Amino acid sequence: MTLTVRWLRRIAGIVPFGVYVTLGLLLPMIAVAIGAFETNNGGFTFSNVSAATHGIYLKGFWQSIVLSLLTSIIPGILGLLVAYAIFTAKRGKVLRQVAITAAGVFANFGGVPLAFLFIATLGSSGLVSQWLTSLGFDPYAHGFTLYSLTGVVVVYLYFQIPLMVLVILPALEGLRPAWREAAENLGASTWSFWRYVGGPVLFPSFLGCVLLLFGSALSAYATTEALTNGTIPLTAIQIGSFLNGNVIAGQENIGKALGLGMVVIIAVAMIIYVVMQRRAARWLR
Amino acid sequence: MAAAAAVAGSLLLTVGCSSSGSSSASGSSTSGGTNWATATSASAGGGMSALIAAAKKEGTLNVITLPSDWANYGTIMKDFTAKYGIKINDANPDGSSQDELNAVNQLKGQSRAPDVLDMGTAFAVKGAQSGVLAPYKVATWADIPAEAKDPNGDWFADYGGYVAIGYNSAKVKTPPTSFADLLKPEYKNEVAINGNPTQASAAFSAVFASALANGGSLDNITPGVDYFKKLHSVGNFVPVTASAATMESGQTPIIVWWDYLLASEIGSSVKTLKIVIPSDASYAAYYDQAISKYAPDPAAARLWEEYLYSTTGQNLWLQGEARPIELSTLVKDGTVDQAAYKALPPAPAGNVTFPTQAQQAAAENIVSQQWSSVIG
Repeated sequence: MTLTVRWLRRIAGIVPFGVYVTLGLLLPMIAVAIGAFETNNGGFTFSNVSAATHGIYLKGFWQSIVLSLLTSIIPGILGLLVAYAIFTAKRGKVLRQVAITAAGVFANFGGVPLAFLFIATLGSSGLVSQWLTSLGFDPYAHGFTLYSLTGVVVVYLYFQIPLMVLVILPALEGLRPAWREAAENLGASTWSFWRYVGGPVLFPSFLGCVLLLFGSALSAYATTEALTNGTIPLTAIQIGSFLNGNVIAGQENIGKALGLGMVVIIAVAMIIYVVMQRRAARWLR
Repeated sequence: MAAAAAVAGSLLLTVGCSSSGSSSASGSSTSGGTNWATATSASAGGGMSALIAAAKKEGTLNVITLPSDWANYGTIMKDFTAKYGIKINDANPDGSSQDELNAVNQLKGQSRAPDVLDMGTAFAVKGAQSGVLAPYKVATWADIPAEAKDPNGDWFADYGGYVAIGYNSAKVKTPPTSFADLLKPEYKNEVAINGNPTQASAAFSAVFASALANGGSLDNITPGVDYFKKLHSVGNFVPVTASAATMESGQTPIIVWWDYLLASEIGSSVKTLKIVIPSDASYAAYYDQAISKYAPDPAAARLWEEYLYSTTGQNLWLQGEARPIELSTLVKDGTVDQAAYKALPPAPAGNVTFPTQAQQAAAENIVSQQWSSVIG
């Protein structure tokens, strides 16, 4: 009796989280997984999954993965450098507050307003593009266009770098100055400090943050949609056409099969993350 | 089901009383037993004055998903109420065509069920197939093109427009007049559409229209996708979601969109906007009217349709910058509101053709497969 009560008391704290995960993640995921294998009449079929893994949709997965990798690794590294600069700055307190606040704002700035901001600056007749042209360098004459995968990467950097700064700063703050001093007292160079102390301490958190960025990039929707109108095959937008639009009707289940594909991609990314995390954190054990 | 029968029965009674009371009007010989719920035209039910009397007796009309700032519906509803003393309940003004069909089925037998519907053709066809629409032919039935109505009268086109080229004349010096023109180097980085054709039907229609201009047909939309590929490869296509903001800021000086939406959505903020229907393709689409088979106010529903397809109703739509289906008759008869008429580009000559459901579905599949290869 007392045992059950104690057990109940112990798990009480986790119940809200459990309910939240079940309602917000688990149930929708099950619904998507079931729908992916259903015909419109509710029968079983592989045709949705088959459609989702061929042709333009396969290409969509591929481009989505490439885009997400680029926009998680590049901002991962740049964000780490920026965060480190903030962390080590002299009279850092004010700067840190300002930087964190700004990063919080920029990381959450997205969607149609962000797309418009870039169209008005880096678009084909945008302010910056025209200014560069007047200086004798027309970016559009040199192969750059905002309305391409490259352009989308540039736009994503805008919110991915601040996001990285936000999430990696706490890990940097866990890096005690005393460790650096101890390493230097033992004769370590900057390189060997980072190679043998700082790097190994930070790497597991760094990986976690990059994974977060990967997920954020994979699922980003509104910005890309406003920028490219579906002219670049990306899975999130293709799902939108099936579930959201008023043109294609009655093929929602292919959209669900695409959604299932995204779940698989994230699952694979998680597995890679766990394996690397184990390896990176081996020294902890 | 029993409730529905009871409602229909009581309506039958009230309608019966009213029309026998006004049998002197219009010299109709119809006896007092008109059941407006099954009347397929005003004359079949005993003439306009019998219809008006029956509708007044009902006293209310339930419409659904009519935003008051869309196609002038606010004014239209106010004018109808003032004219006939019939109160209008507008349910779910921002709802979709699907919401309308859902309401017809879910509210069946209730006094708040929708009487009349205004929806996209795909949904009107769906409603007719599932048998929830009551066939009715307005007095001006013959003025509605055959392609734009159900032969039985289940649904009939009301207002819509043509795919058009809208351009900011302050920035675009040489006016483009066709899809072919838009490929010219002088329009570099200027041409846009207002959405993703696999999601937005206006953008989808722009692709369909460009197919017609480039050797395609209602059976073959592929040349339309190829056209946009070409438009991109010559550097003229700006693939962003065009809006009044992107035109004002100069990013998309040329937008291919519905003529009436260009006029209302963009013309209001870009005063130098000019609209032209491309000379090499006329592609039109219309919304449709329909009467619910389960209409709790069947006479008012039919009077509403007669009102919408009167000269007054048609001109009111036109004033809302929507192109009424009987516009060419109004122009021919000289009854058109000239000021409102001039706000829209002149309609191209010849009959309008619309894709059938099968053609539409085939085209959708092609666009969903090919659109994302336009650039990437």
